[in-house]
Amino acid sequence: MEENVVLTARGITMTFPGVRALENVDFTLRRGEIHALMGENGAGKSTLIKCLTGINDFEAGEIHIAGIDGPVKNHSTRDAQSVGISTVYQEVNLCPNLSVAENLFIGREPMTAFHTIDRKAYNKRSQKIMDDLGISVDVTQNLENYSLAIQQMVAIARAVDMDCKVLILDEPTSSLDDEEVEKLFVLMRRLRDQGVGIIFVTHFLEQVYTVCDRITVLRDGHFVGEYPIAELPRVKLVAAMMGKNLDDLEEIGKDHTDNAASKELEISARGLSHTGTVKPFDLDIHKGEVVGVAGLLGSGRSELARAIYGADKASTGTLQVDGKTAKINQPIDAMHLGMGMLPDDRKAEGIIGDLSVRENMILALQAKQGMFKPLSRAKQEELVDEYIKLLQVKTAGKETLIKQLSGGNQQKVILGRWLITQPDFLILDEPTRGIDVGTKAEIQKLILKLAAEGKSILFISSEISEMLRTCSRMAIMRDGEKVDELDHDLTQESVMKAIAGGEQNND
Amino acid sequence: MKKRNGLNGHTILLLITIGLFIVLYAGGCIAYGSNGFTHLQTFLNILITNAGLICVACGLTVVMLTAGIDISVGALIAMDCMMLAVGMRSGIGAVPMMLLVLLTGIAFGTFQGFMIGYLGIQPFIVTMAGMFFCRGMTAVICTDQVSITKEINETFYNLANMKINIPFGGYTNKKGMYMTPYIRVTVVVALLVLVIVYLMLRYTKFGRSLYAVGGNAQSAAMMGLNVKSIRMRAHMLCSVLASIGGICYCLNTMAGSVSQALGLEMDAISSAVIGGTLLTGGVGNVFGSFFGVLINGTISSIVKTNGKLASSWPNILTAILLFVFIVIQSIFAAVRNRRK
Repeated sequence: MEENVVLTARGITMTFPGVRALENVDFTLRRGEIHALMGENGAGKSTLIKCLTGINDFEAGEIHIAGIDGPVKNHSTRDAQSVGISTVYQEVNLCPNLSVAENLFIGREPMTAFHTIDRKAYNKRSQKIMDDLGISVDVTQNLENYSLAIQQMVAIARAVDMDCKVLILDEPTSSLDDEEVEKLFVLMRRLRDQGVGIIFVTHFLEQVYTVCDRITVLRDGHFVGEYPIAELPRVKLVAAMMGKNLDDLEEIGKDHTDNAASKELEISARGLSHTGTVKPFDLDIHKGEVVGVAGLLGSGRSELARAIYGADKASTGTLQVDGKTAKINQPIDAMHLGMGMLPDDRKAEGIIGDLSVRENMILALQAKQGMFKPLSRAKQEELVDEYIKLLQVKTAGKETLIKQLSGGNQQKVILGRWLITQPDFLILDEPTRGIDVGTKAEIQKLILKLAAEGKSILFISSEISEMLRTCSRMAIMRDGEKVDELDHDLTQESVMKAIAGGEQNND
Repeated sequence: MKKRNGLNGHTILLLITIGLFIVLYAGGCIAYGSNGFTHLQTFLNILITNAGLICVACGLTVVMLTAGIDISVGALIAMDCMMLAVGMRSGIGAVPMMLLVLLTGIAFGTFQGFMIGYLGIQPFIVTMAGMFFCRGMTAVICTDQVSITKEINETFYNLANMKINIPFGGYTNKKGMYMTPYIRVTVVVALLVLVIVYLMLRYTKFGRSLYAVGGNAQSAAMMGLNVKSIRMRAHMLCSVLASIGGICYCLNTMAGSVSQALGLEMDAISSAVIGGTLLTGGVGNVFGSFFGVLINGTISSIVKTNGKLASSWPNILTAILLFVFIVIQSIFAAVRNRRK
């Protein structure tokens, strides 16, 4: 082991039923560094953390900790704490109904000669700990009286006071405002200077470059690389996370003709937001236009769409649909305004597995009409036949249960569900995820066809190339904020630079 | 740095409870002063009548702090009383019988606590089974009402009738006799239990762990507390305190009967709730529960002194009080959430 290394993980492999969550992942943490663990959702960050803290039992690989001979295998968070690994999660794992001091000392209180808790002693010691860390609190107050940021710092203080060598911060900044984040960073730097090794998991790129010294990138359960922060500019980080190599990228020709869209606005959002998920954004979508939304997973792509559609009721802002101000409290309102939304989680929010293809397809139209005006069976069958043919759904029949269909065909049925309602505006969130290449191409063609018919489409995808093929304009999302809008010079490189942000000019 | 100065919500709730008790009691004094409501003995009688309930309410406060519940206590008390009555009738001494009752409480609580803590079964279900079991066992021991008379056990009889005089607050009755106020042994036991449980909750590791488990069991586990064991011990303690309460109850009623202490668990729960203990756990204080018991006792006492009101009125008033207190608690919770 190197001189100043506190933790090494080598060849960590971990399988969940059907999924290899981690494969041969390496990780090294040194004394006094803040080390970012980066990756898109599902890349294996959380799984790796859980292997380190004993929540998950990994199958292969070894973890070594400075000062301990032989490999360490933790079986519980308590084991992990005893070897000096402490974790602070996004949701604070403390007791809000106890005082700050009690939260610091519970389970290891100083005792008096009479075997009772020495309240004075631990209040005094707690106050000293917090003062030393530069956190101004009254330790005798209940934890719930303080903001989430302070609560998080108390959790960190507890970890540090328990002699931790490795401090894992799992998305600690997700629910903090900018000022609170800054305070947290001050504390992190102070701990780093005291020699604590900090693993920082976050999806905020800005924060990584503000506070971290080193980055390890994971993708699809694999170790991509470890880089000193100076050697990995934002664009390269994004490329590493998304698995694209900039040098290999070819400009992909667009099949569609630009400016097919009319000048008439279908959707016009001003200052729309949903507290906690997406910051206020403006967005215009013309009739017959396909607008893409690009960004990393978790950057607020889906949330932007959900705010428009009313799946998350907008907290601020106004929305105009077809020139008229619209009030959307829930999805049914959006449907009556001619919207449709294909959610990204097909299994959870889209298909109803135990219903037939026909029933699944007719669902949205029936909901829109209201349940007291049932569609006649004949009408249903007519519509379903029409769309099965149009979308080329491969199914044994309209009464086949949808769960028996392949992913791609399920997706087509859901698409059909919305097309049947004759929407003017369709939101497609990851419509091509997990489906085969042929079907992907069909869906992309269908999108262009719908646009040519004058429908407006908001297209969200992780594959920049397929958006380049279909979209005439792209909104760029980063950290829950719409940061940019590209309408000319749409190339893989320009989009990825916009997603990465920060360094467009100097790279 | 957001910080609330001064009193926190829970202290305010406790103060409201105490305030309500004072208002109720003062109201009783004004309305029924001529009926002797102002005499110290009226207050002491409330303590005497409710000594058992005070012990039980302390026990329930302990389990409610861990977000648990125990509805077996009423039936356990019935079983305790029947055990005492039948045991002493068959010639066993008062002290061995009382020890046996306590041991039964420990065994019963350990079993329930194990099911709840280690097997993770809902406290409501476990203690409901316990309730049926105890009520049933009471009838198995004896189906008749068994009175404990002086002939059956003199020690127990003397203990029950022992007066502990209070050197002040007496009054002269109509016949010109000076009436010395007194309490019974049961009141001493109940107050001791109250103080001991209060100190335990405040100054021992176990006491603080109860709050931690009730506040957030997952956090408590992650902070290295043995949540299972803490839950089990809380339920053990509740059953033991219920058994102590059962002995007090028996000293008051001097009888064992199948239908004794029916619904007592609900009285204890409502006292704890009125006293500011949250059913969701983590918040509460035995003194609150004590005043909850006193409030219920005062209502009964007022209705009894009035003499004309139907005996169902205490129930209705308790219902209204419970409702009001739950609303106040939820308002406090809502205010707190808004501040965050």
